[in-house]
Amino acid sequence: MTVVSGALYAMMAGGAVLALYRLARGPSLLDRVVATDTLLVIISAGLAVHAALVRDPTLVPVLVVVSLLAFVGSVSVARYIGGMLLRSRTGDGRDVGLPLAAEEREAR
Amino acid sequence: MTALADVVAFACLLSGAALCLTAGLGLVRFPDVLSRMHAGTKPQVLGVLLVMVGAAIRLDGWANAWMLLLVAAFQLLTAPVSAHLISRVAYRRRHVRRDLLLVDEYAGTGHQDERYRGDEPGDAPPEDPRPAAGRPG
Repeated sequence: MTVVSGALYAMMAGGAVLALYRLARGPSLLDRVVATDTLLVIISAGLAVHAALVRDPTLVPVLVVVSLLAFVGSVSVARYIGGMLLRSRTGDGRDVGLPLAAEEREAR
Repeated sequence: MTALADVVAFACLLSGAALCLTAGLGLVRFPDVLSRMHAGTKPQVLGVLLVMVGAAIRLDGWANAWMLLLVAAFQLLTAPVSAHLISRVAYRRRHVRRDLLLVDEYAGTGHQDERYRGDEPGDAPPEDPRPAAGRPG
């Protein structure tokens, strides 16, 4: 029992730490969105595992909230990236205010 | 009977936790957004389903089982929607490693942005060489 619960928590924590690494490292915003989505799913699975191990149903409504939050967060950030800078044309065919990374790339 | 149910529940929980670890490994090791999403959605569907089945076996009572079933159904409904949105934006914003694709049915049909918009990764394919003032729009 102790071995099984330790293995469960260790695997969950390993997956969460690796997702956090991708969240911090990820080269683009979409990598971070994917990592956040996976991290929230791992968190809700970890809550379910904890509830199953201690036989405590208190955390079960939290699972619904966390899965809702994961969906709403990833969809809204993806829509935000999809519309980013598309409406910032000034009419002369140039984007106003590129993010810093693109300005550095053009300066190179 | 209880021991058998516990064994089944712990097998489901261990499989789900192993899928979570697999997702983390794939997120770190895979090269671009689409393949990282392929790894990351493993625990989103099968992992969450297995963990919910295990938890529903361990937590007896129909109220908990219905709540866990609600979470699983919600995951099944929402995972394709968010994956579709993210992958469409990733393709348009040149986050896809075109040299690693075997089949690219969107190639050359104008589904990608012509110019960089600033959030592309460093290995994105080169942008359209036309000057910014010369393109329409």
